[in-house]
Amino acid sequence: MDFDLNEEQQMLADTVQRLVRNTYSFEQREAFYQSPEGYSPEFWRQLSELGMTSVPIGADYEGFGGGGVENMLVMQELGRALCLEPYLHSQIYGAGLVEQLGSAEQRQRILPRVASGELQLSVADEEAGSHYHPDSLACTAMPCDRGWRLQGSKRVVIGGETAGMILVTARISDTDGVTVFLVDPAADGVLVTGYPCIDGPRACDLTLDGVYVESDDLLGKPGKARAAIAYQRGRAMAAQCAEALGSMEEAFRLTLDYLKTRQQFGTPIGRFQSLQHRMAEMRGELELARSMVILAACVADDPDSDERTRRLAAAKFVVARASQFIAEQSIQLHGGIGMTWEYSLAHHAKRLVMLTHQFGDDDYHQQTFAELMSVA
Amino acid sequence: MNIHFTPDEQAFREEVRAFLKQNLPADLAEKVRLGRRLAKTDHQRWQAILDAQGWYAVNWPVEYGGTGWSVVQKHIFDEECSLAGAPRVVSFGVNMVAPVIMKFGNQVQKEYYLPRILSGEDWWCQGYSEPGAGSDLAGLKTRAEKDGDHYVVNGQKTWTTLGQHANKIFCLVRTDPAAKKQEGISFLLMDMDSPGITVRPIITLDGEHEVNEVFFDNVRVPAENLVGEENKGWTCAKYLLTHERTGQAGIGLSKAALDQLKRIASAETVHGKPLINDPMFRARIAEVEMRLMAVEMSTLRILAATRGGGVPGAESSLLKIQGSEIRQAITNLMRKALGPSALPFLEQELEPEFEGEPLHEDYSAAPASQYFNMRKLSIYGGSNEIQKNIIAKMVLEL
Ligand SMILES: Cc1cc2nc3c(=O)[nH]c(=O)nc-3n(C[C@H](O)[C@H](O)[C@H](O)COP(=O)(O)OP(=O)(O)OC[C@H]3O[C@@H](n4cnc5c(N)ncnc54)[C@H](O)[C@@H]3O)c2cc1C
Repeated sequence: MDFDLNEEQQMLADTVQRLVRNTYSFEQREAFYQSPEGYSPEFWRQLSELGMTSVPIGADYEGFGGGGVENMLVMQELGRALCLEPYLHSQIYGAGLVEQLGSAEQRQRILPRVASGELQLSVADEEAGSHYHPDSLACTAMPCDRGWRLQGSKRVVIGGETAGMILVTARISDTDGVTVFLVDPAADGVLVTGYPCIDGPRACDLTLDGVYVESDDLLGKPGKARAAIAYQRGRAMAAQCAEALGSMEEAFRLTLDYLKTRQQFGTPIGRFQSLQHRMAEMRGELELARSMVILAACVADDPDSDERTRRLAAAKFVVARASQFIAEQSIQLHGGIGMTWEYSLAHHAKRLVMLTHQFGDDDYHQQTFAELMSVA
Repeated sequence: MNIHFTPDEQAFREEVRAFLKQNLPADLAEKVRLGRRLAKTDHQRWQAILDAQGWYAVNWPVEYGGTGWSVVQKHIFDEECSLAGAPRVVSFGVNMVAPVIMKFGNQVQKEYYLPRILSGEDWWCQGYSEPGAGSDLAGLKTRAEKDGDHYVVNGQKTWTTLGQHANKIFCLVRTDPAAKKQEGISFLLMDMDSPGITVRPIITLDGEHEVNEVFFDNVRVPAENLVGEENKGWTCAKYLLTHERTGQAGIGLSKAALDQLKRIASAETVHGKPLINDPMFRARIAEVEMRLMAVEMSTLRILAATRGGGVPGAESSLLKIQGSEIRQAITNLMRKALGPSALPFLEQELEPEFEGEPLHEDYSAAPASQYFNMRKLSIYGGSNEIQKNIIAKMVLEL
């Protein structure tokens, strides 16, 4: 057992940390949020120059070949600064699906461009009524001359507006099973409706009206993507838990500082025992979350098994609960100031709560775990 | 023991229901139900309707144009209004400054201010909190110095709810800096358009402009705007706080929110089935509903005890905590019920004048914003920590 980072991992963590610290102050983030892209293309370019966009991509595709731990290190820092770039959905989730499902040709065609940061991917796997269940699909694909026609709509596609390629899940008409199609957002029949999410990053809804997709742009085999989606959601979840950890650490730090400086009744409010206990509880939740982030990072790339699924569900559950507790209590301990748009803490709180609205919330994962729980 | 309302009280409930059915504009009720933001004119419209019925000043005695209702009637009225989706009455004038003026004001003040509150001519806001004086309200620093027949006010208030709509503000100001904390404070009324007053919006985390900072730079206020005696403002403040705290359990609002939660959970689907049939989510709704029932019974017990006059004691602190936690729990579930659809931040759909097509469902835009906005319930009106301190001291004598 060894919970230390090796030298290379430490360097990776330092590199991201430095870059984020230098370019992602809260004021800058607000400006990125207000910009048309909703994030910083310049920061994305810097991530790419430092090789950070290539971290999760396999070495066979000009990637760094990082695993769960490397993804954790990057995401934790992006979470600490509330970065708005679609790193998770493009480099980890999207690229993971291409790597697992794609043909050799598709992987060679797509992944090097993703690794370099030149091409962003996005995954459209939620619909009205899917509610975190990726196989609850109404979107259909009809075979046509040398390809497919997609019909339906998708919701809350994170990073979909700036993606060069969107991975759309659909059901091939009259069959069961899920298929992933590579869709060009500029194709005829694709309607993109963009908006910011309440925690900052941008997303969009897609309407697909008879969108033509070439045979070559079906990812993997027809109707066989379910397992890969579940597996890659697991990897994405592990990374997202690390993102939440970075944000929790920052919310915790800001709150602790505030308790030491804010004076009421002639004394720092950190002197009040009820607040000390609350802070101690937050610290406890934070440490549980940290442990589960590490667990998730270490099993994210294991072969698929019930044990892996259980552990990842447990991680998402514990982290979701800790995130919400820390979000709510750090606002509470700040009083009114914790509710203001001007103050980064409020945005951490929003992020922490809203991260539970992707890849399943605490209830969803509690149910997943309960179904797979071993019973003596 | 008998938990039922009297026949008179039941008849009163019917009367209120009939009134609401007849007079509450459907578009207003719809906005409230969907959690949209309300414009100043929305509030004014509803206030005029209530005023025409003589039901605006529910807490006032009849002699001033109030209803003279019993605490139970007020409770019933409040509950029915919430359930029907009536806009919440903005309290600062009618339920906060008015009782203070009635109790501590002089005849001239009563005759001038009270009718203007009833008619809606004046919109009041509350200038208590300051950057350095939140929970420790008596630590306030805004200074009022006597200069002939005027006070000259310098300082800053903050978190002033809907100050952007107000033409009047009631403030706690320090008139004697040498006295002990609570003893040098006075209760002063001001015009918001006085030279030297600046209002700056504070945008909250849900993007809403609900609170403001108010700056005072050599503002000259006629000395006749002092309510009660100079340096005795803390007495007014405490009196007002008891009024602020009653009804804070917000039973009616929680019931209305619970209805909306059930509507959302019935409309949302998981695996093709309504979310409300998901055993886990259903159990979560059941939990808040059972707790709400308990808070309601507790509220009724306090009402029954104060029926013959008198103000609720420190028990209202317990209700404030439990009532706020329940409402927060309900908005938490509303947000959860939406799944990924809680993410889009669709401010335009929350605007009072929005008439377009919603991106998702008509109910989808508000819950996440509301959940974050509702964090305020455990912060303002005396934070929940402060309420627990009161309970520890006054009830438990610890
Ligand atoms: C949306 C909103 C609307 C508001 N509207 C108005 C308004 O219209 N007019 C107005 O005057 N004010 C208004 N307020 C201000 C409100 O009354 C204050 O926010 C509240 O009194 C808390 O003060 P604070 O924000 O300075 O927090 P602080 O007092 O600094 O408290 C910070 C934290 O310390 C805790 N704490 C403080 N003292 C103790 C103690 N002794 N023991 C244990 N814990 C303690 C608090 O509970 C809190 O968790 C509003 C606030 C909000 C958020």
